[in-house]
Amino acid sequence: MSGRVKDTGNTVVRTRGRAGMARRRSAVAWVVAGAIPLAFLAVFFAWPVATLVARGFTTDGALDLSGFAEVFARPRTWRIIRLTLVQALLGTALAVLLGLPGAYLLYRRTFRGRALVRAFVTVPFVLPTVVVGVAFRSLLTEGGPLGFLHLDGTFTAIVLALVFFNYTVVVRTVGGLWERLDPRTEQAARALGAPPWRAFLTVTLPALTPAIVSAASVVFLFCATAFGVVMVLGGTRYGTIETEIWIQTTQFLDLRTAAVLSVVQLVVVGVSLALFSRARARRERALDLQGRPADEQTAQRLRLWNRGRPGGDLLPTVVTCAVVIVLLALPLGNLLVRSLRTPDGWSLGNYTALGTAGGDNALTVTVWEAAANSLRIAVDATVLAVVMGTLVALVVSRRPRNPLGRRAVWWLDAVFMLPLGVSAVTVGFGFLITLNHPPLDLRSSAVLIPIAQAVVAIPLVVRTVLPVLRAIDPHLREAAGVLGAAPWRVLLTVDGPFLIRSLGLAIGFAFAVSLGEFGATSFLSRPDRPTLPVVIFRLIGRPGPENYGMALAASVVLAVLTATIMGVAERLRREGTGEF
Amino acid sequence: MFHHARRSRGPRPATVRRRRAATGLTALAAIALAGCSLAGGGGDDGGADPSADGGGVVRVVTHDSFSLSEDLITAFEADSGYTLEFSAPGDGGALVNQLILTKDSPLGDVAFGVDNSFASRAIDAEVFEPYTPADLPGSAEQYLADDAGSLTPIDVGDVCLNVDHTWFTEHGIAEPATLEDLLAPEYRGLTVVPNPATSSPGLAFLLATVGAFGEDGWVDYWADLSANGLKVVQGWSDAYSVDFSGSTGAGAYPIVLSYSTSPAFEVAEGADSAPTGALLDTCFRQVEYAGVLAGAENPEGARAFIDFLLTEAVQADIPGQMYVYPVDDRVELPESWTTFAPLAPEPFEVAPEDIAANRDAWIQTWTDTVIG
Repeated sequence: MSGRVKDTGNTVVRTRGRAGMARRRSAVAWVVAGAIPLAFLAVFFAWPVATLVARGFTTDGALDLSGFAEVFARPRTWRIIRLTLVQALLGTALAVLLGLPGAYLLYRRTFRGRALVRAFVTVPFVLPTVVVGVAFRSLLTEGGPLGFLHLDGTFTAIVLALVFFNYTVVVRTVGGLWERLDPRTEQAARALGAPPWRAFLTVTLPALTPAIVSAASVVFLFCATAFGVVMVLGGTRYGTIETEIWIQTTQFLDLRTAAVLSVVQLVVVGVSLALFSRARARRERALDLQGRPADEQTAQRLRLWNRGRPGGDLLPTVVTCAVVIVLLALPLGNLLVRSLRTPDGWSLGNYTALGTAGGDNALTVTVWEAAANSLRIAVDATVLAVVMGTLVALVVSRRPRNPLGRRAVWWLDAVFMLPLGVSAVTVGFGFLITLNHPPLDLRSSAVLIPIAQAVVAIPLVVRTVLPVLRAIDPHLREAAGVLGAAPWRVLLTVDGPFLIRSLGLAIGFAFAVSLGEFGATSFLSRPDRPTLPVVIFRLIGRPGPENYGMALAASVVLAVLTATIMGVAERLRREGTGEF
Repeated sequence: MFHHARRSRGPRPATVRRRRAATGLTALAAIALAGCSLAGGGGDDGGADPSADGGGVVRVVTHDSFSLSEDLITAFEADSGYTLEFSAPGDGGALVNQLILTKDSPLGDVAFGVDNSFASRAIDAEVFEPYTPADLPGSAEQYLADDAGSLTPIDVGDVCLNVDHTWFTEHGIAEPATLEDLLAPEYRGLTVVPNPATSSPGLAFLLATVGAFGEDGWVDYWADLSANGLKVVQGWSDAYSVDFSGSTGAGAYPIVLSYSTSPAFEVAEGADSAPTGALLDTCFRQVEYAGVLAGAENPEGARAFIDFLLTEAVQADIPGQMYVYPVDDRVELPESWTTFAPLAPEPFEVAPEDIAANRDAWIQTWTDTVIG
C-alpha cells in the first residue's frame, strides 16, 4: 500500500486511510459490544454451570467419565431422552400449526377487541407452572369438567399444556414480522392469477419462514426443557431430561448422573439450535418491510364471508377461536372461577385476603408486598436483559466480510440461546458453589435474582429483535455509508428505527419472563422478600381452603399484571414507531 | 426497497425529534422504575453490617416453609444483640443437598429444617458441628439423630393417610383404618399419594411402609397397593388440593396422604367436628432439626439461635406458624389441635442408619415397582 501512496494522489490516500481506520475502529467497537454481554453470560451462567457439571465428572480430584457408560446403560435414560424429543417435537409442531392462523388473525386483520385478545394469549406464557398444573389438572382429573376425556396424567395432556404455554411465542414472533410485510407483493401474485392459497405458499410463507423458524427454535427449547408442567401433569410416568436432572440433583445429590444428563441436554439443545440456525440462514434475506404495521395503511377488516361464501379468513378464525377458547380460556377461566369460590360461597374473599399474610400466617409478607417485590425485581431484570440482548442482536445482525468474523457472529448467536437449554437447578446450584467469594460474594444477595432472570430472558430479547434487524436490506447500510454517514450514524438512522419498534415487544417479553420465573428464583429467594410465584407456590403448599383460595386469587393477579404489562409494551411500540 | 432509502434519508426535523422524545421518555421511565427498585432493594443488606452493641449477624438457612411470629424474632434480636438474616434456598432434600454442596463455604451459620429422612446424609457429609443445648427438653432426646449431637430436634409432625368422612358416609362404606385395609377390594381406586422421589411426605410414607412391613415386605405391599388402583401424583399439594375429595379441590379420591394435623384446617368455622380425619395407624413421624453449620462465621450466634428455638415462647408459636408439633411436650397446644389433630400414639419407625444406608435404593425400587 505504501508503494502506491506516491502514485496516487494525496487526497485519495488520506480518505482511504481514514476509511480503513474508521472501519478498524468500528470493528473494535463491535467486538466490545459483543464482549460486554459475553462477559455477563460467562460470569453468571457459563462459570456456575460448568463448575457444577465439572463436579459430577470429578472423583477424588481426577477426571472420571465412567458416569457416561453407567447412565447410558440404564434403559430409563434412553426412555427419557426419547420422551423429551418426542414431546418437544410434537409441542413445537402443534404450536406452530395453531400459531400461524393466530398470527394472521391478530396481526394482519383488524376487528374489535383485537388488542384484548393479543394481550390475553400472552397470559399463559408467564403463569407459574404450579398454577398451570393445578388449572389443567383440576379440569382433567376424574370428576373435573373434562374428566370424561381421560387425559389426566397422559402424554397428550403434557403436549397440550406445552402448546398452551408457547402459543403466544409463535403468534407474536411471526405476527410481528407479518404485520410489516408489504401486502403488495402478495397482491401482485393475486393479480397475476394465483389463487389465495398459492399466493400464500409461494410469496408470504417463504417471507415468514425466518420468523417461523426463529419462533420454532425458541418453542422447541422451551418444550425440550419444560419442567414444572411435566412434573405436575406427567403424573410420574413421563419425565424429561430436565425433570430427571432436577430429581438427581435436589433429591439424590447424584451429581454424576446429573452431569451426564446435563451434557446430553446440551447436545440435544446444541444440535437442534444448529439445525434451526441453518434453516434460518438459508431462508433469511432482506424483506420488503413496511415502516408501519400494514393494517395502519391498508386497514384489512376481518371478513368471514365473501358474497355469501366462506371467505379466506374463515379457517384461520375458526382455528384461532378454538385454540383461544378451548386451550387458553378454559383452564384460565377455571382458575378465575375457582378463585371466586370461598368456604362461605361465591365472593371476593380470596382477593381481600391478599392484603393479609394468609390463613394461619402462611406467609411472611402480604401478597401485595410480594407483587411489589416481583415488579421491582422485574424492572432490574428487564433493564439488564434488554441492554444485553440488544447488544447481542446488533452484533449478530452484522454480516462481517471475513470468515472469522462471520463465524464469531454465528457462535455469539448460538451461545446466547444456551440458557434456555440448561436446567434452572443446575444454574441455581452452580451459583451456590461459585459466587461465594469476593468480589462476587453474591449468594445471599438479592441482586442475584434479577441477574438469574435476565439470563433466561436474554435469548427471548435476542430472538425478538434479531429477525427485524436481519430483515433490513444491507444495501441500505451500504448506501448510507457510501453517502458519507459515519458508522454510528448508519446504526442510528438505519437500524435505530427498526430496533425501537421491536424493543417494546422485547421489553414486554423480558418483563413477563421475570414476573413468572420460578425455577432459579426459588433457589435464590429470601423469605423476607419473596416474589409472587414463590408466594403462590407457598400458599398452594399449605392446607386449608383460605390458603388455596388465596393462591388462586394471587395467580389471577399475576395473570392480569402480566397481560397489562404486555399490553402497555405493545402500545409503547406503537408510539415509538413514528414516521420515518 | 426504494421507498426505504428515500425514507431513511428524507425526514429529519419533526419526526426524528418526536421519536427521540419518545425514546427518551421510555428510557427515563425505565431508569425511574429501576431507581425505584434500587431504592426498594436498598434495605436488603441492611443487616450485613454488624451492629455496634451486639454479636453481629446470624445467618439462618432454612426451607421455604419456615415461619415464626415477627415479635418473637424482634425480641430475640433485642435481647441477644444478634441480627437474624434468613435465606430459604429450597425445600427438604434440596436444602440438605445445598448444605452438602457448599460445605467448604457454608451458606450461613445455622440451618433449620433438615428432617429425619435426610438428616443422616448431612451428618455423614460432616455438614454440622455438634452442639447439645443445655435446655434440651426430655421429650426431645428420643429424636436425637446421632450420639454426637450433630442436630437438635425442634419440632415433630406425623405424615398419615387422611380420609374424607363425608364421602364414606355418603357411599355407605366403612372407613379403612390400617395400611393393610387399603388392599381390600372395596377401597379399590380410592387412594392418592405423592411420589416419594419428588415429595418429602411421599418419602415419609414410603418409610412408614418399610417400618410396617419390614425390608422384605414393603415392596410386595406397594405392588398390591398399585394393583388396587393406587394413584400417584407428583407432590403433596397436587394430591391434597386437586385429587382429594375432602379438600377445596373436591376431587375423586377420598383417601389421601397428608399430615395428622390436616383435618384441623378443614373444620368449618364454629363447627365441632372435622369433615376429614387422619388414620393414626398409618403414620410416620417426621422430625425437624436445627444444627450449627461447620465453618460458620458466627458459631456463637448459631448456638444462641438454636437455644432460642427451644424456648417456651417459640415452641408454643410453632404449631400456629408451621403446622407441626413442638418437640417440648410441656408446651400447651392450641385447643383445636388436641381435638382435631392429635399425634399418632405409635407411629412406624425406621432406624436413622437404615434410612441413610437404603433411602436411595428404596426410592429406586419403589419407582421400578409402582411406576414401572
